[in-house]
Amino acid sequence: MSNLIKLNNNVASIVDNEWAVVKLPASQVEARKQAGKVVLFKLTGEKTVSDEQLTNTVIPDTGKVLIPLSVFIARKTELQTRINQGDIGVWLDTHEVLAELVEHQADLNQLPIIAVHVERFADGRIFSLGVLLRTRYGYKNELRAFGDVLRDQLFFLKRSGFDSYLIRADRNAEEALLSLKDFSSPYQGAVDEARPAFVRYNRVT
Amino acid sequence: MYKYDEIDQQIVNERVTQYRDQTRRYLAGELSEEEFRPLRLQNGLYIQRHAPMLRIAVPYGMLSSKQLHKLADIAQRYDRSYGHFSTRQNMQLNWPKLEEVPDILAELATVEMHAIQTSGNCIRNITTDQFAGIAPDEVVDPRAMAEVIRQWSTFHPEFALLPRKFKIAVSGTKDDRAVVQMHDVGMEFYLDSNQKVAIKVWVGGGLGRTPILGTVIREHLEWQHALTYCEAIIRVYNLHGRRDNAYKARIKILVKALGIDAFRSQVEAEWAHLKDAPNTISQTELARVSKHFEAMPYATLPASDASFDAAVANNPAFAAWVKRSLHAHKTPGYRAVTLSLKPHGKAPGDATSEQMHVVADLAEQYSFGELRVSHEQNLILADVKLSDLFAVWEKARAHGLATPNIGLLTDIICCPGGDFCSLANAKSIPIAEAIQMQFDNLDYLHDIGDIELNISGCMNACGHHHIGHIGILGVDKDGSEWYQVSIGGSQGNNSSIGNVIGPSFSADEMPSVVQKLIDVYIKERTPEEQFIDTVRRLGVAPFKAYVYAKNTQNTKDEVAA
Repeated sequence: MSNLIKLNNNVASIVDNEWAVVKLPASQVEARKQAGKVVLFKLTGEKTVSDEQLTNTVIPDTGKVLIPLSVFIARKTELQTRINQGDIGVWLDTHEVLAELVEHQADLNQLPIIAVHVERFADGRIFSLGVLLRTRYGYKNELRAFGDVLRDQLFFLKRSGFDSYLIRADRNAEEALLSLKDFSSPYQGAVDEARPAFVRYNRVT
Repeated sequence: MYKYDEIDQQIVNERVTQYRDQTRRYLAGELSEEEFRPLRLQNGLYIQRHAPMLRIAVPYGMLSSKQLHKLADIAQRYDRSYGHFSTRQNMQLNWPKLEEVPDILAELATVEMHAIQTSGNCIRNITTDQFAGIAPDEVVDPRAMAEVIRQWSTFHPEFALLPRKFKIAVSGTKDDRAVVQMHDVGMEFYLDSNQKVAIKVWVGGGLGRTPILGTVIREHLEWQHALTYCEAIIRVYNLHGRRDNAYKARIKILVKALGIDAFRSQVEAEWAHLKDAPNTISQTELARVSKHFEAMPYATLPASDASFDAAVANNPAFAAWVKRSLHAHKTPGYRAVTLSLKPHGKAPGDATSEQMHVVADLAEQYSFGELRVSHEQNLILADVKLSDLFAVWEKARAHGLATPNIGLLTDIICCPGGDFCSLANAKSIPIAEAIQMQFDNLDYLHDIGDIELNISGCMNACGHHHIGHIGILGVDKDGSEWYQVSIGGSQGNNSSIGNVIGPSFSADEMPSVVQKLIDVYIKERTPEEQFIDTVRRLGVAPFKAYVYAKNTQNTKDEVAA
């Protein structure tokens, strides 16, 4: 059964996943350490993909595929026809920089889907990426979170502009649906509802 | 003070439901330890040495009598009948049961309270001056803005999982009492040349492992933009703050690494997009919230009161308390009263359920049913008539709440330390108690005069040791507890970070080390100098020389043997 939740007109339901994620081939880089601990979060803007990985990434010939941002940038020419057909989406990691995507794909809405991969659920950069895609870059199509996506972050993801959530495979998406309704009337304006409570309501003393 | 409407109440109620389910899933094994951790932390729940610790939010330090009664009842029912008031103006329970926390939250919700974002990597409780609204030197009452910021920061979706904790303080006085320079963001409200409320914004201050005072990022910000400007700052931080090393993850490290100018231009570039967005505060909203902080219905009173003057003249004990415990008030005939939670030989900042009920009753009877928590870990009745002070003193004294030591050496700021906290390297409460007993002589304390002694049990600096005139930091050396001493730190407009005087000491040595520092001060001071002034004039050297003099070493050897 699918573990993909999608919002449609603010109604959430579990739907089939028609997008295959293209992964980068594994790299040889050893785990980095800081203060004696293995570093769990990559620095924003850190270059983590080698030229070899870019060349060796296997892109299926057909079907709807999500391409890693670095591969998309490096091999855009060979993908152009399929981009025009709407068969190509882009995914990026939380440490990657949106400006690079925009630089190479001026019209983001030519992409039917953008996905952000969150390696660890505690990495809150994903929220700012969602907000920027929606409010700064005017992206209107499907915005998906995948990776370490758990129900207790769903409400924040929704408010940050994500409308598609691939719940981690070992968790129950049916139960996760409930967390989208954790709060019925939040205080601050955000992507899903730009007006703060003090604008939405006549809050009298 | 602020009263909830339906929207506020609904959010707090829904939080209880949400957290109850999260706890259920954790106990059922559906959430791993690692997954539950940020969830419980963002609800103030730490797993500690003996038991979990629950930190309850007291937004900008304001409490009603009803709320304090409830805290007293909760401490009695779910804990060991006492609570600890913290340097972030919150209250902590040291012995709650993890599975009972949802019930505690449900109780808190009935009196418009919660534990939201009292810990974790998110925007924490907003703090301010404990004399906000009543201090004669106040230019702008910052409490309405503090409440507006509280609401905005509550479950802010974009900033739910920051690289590290994020603390905001606001103040509106000439004399800063909110320590805005040691916060991730400090906001100083003032009236600009057009008599409009404006904000001077500081960024990148903080204590902890790397103590740094904040830098001004913007001299003049119109109040309407407080939230969007914070969003710009925190967005830059969220995206670029270091997540690779928890010790370098605070915004202060990012600001230092980029330099304030580069950081400022990133923030301003971000703000260019956010300025005038819907989160811009409307006049209507500020007016609505400000209504909750209007002046109390004060009586018209003369500036002095004969019965009060007579009591001061006739009762030396009352006079000593008056001298230390009162703060000037905007309104003639009124004073703010600080009730000391620092009786000698007890854990600083602790109050029993019985004491909480007493203070709540005093507030009800004499101070319009409200009180405040100070970051110095005392309780304040902000609006007491001169003619009522004697009655307040008598009742407070009968319950151990009138030690006349406010601002004196034994008014120690102190974290829970190694007795409770699993982060601590060393105990802090027994050190505080030992120093209090060393100086358990009120005449002598008054002679020493104004001084701030702050103790933290580890470099996370919850006891603000860097900005104590005397700062004590617990350190771990080869598995045993030692104490590093610094002098010359200070809060307020002339904030400074103290200098370490030398190698650390054992717990047993600490009372005599503090004694020696005081001896040097007494010997060297000019008539008008406070301890901090003497330290600033002479530097560390004479203090260091005396503390580490040969006979001191002998004492140390004897103690060690």
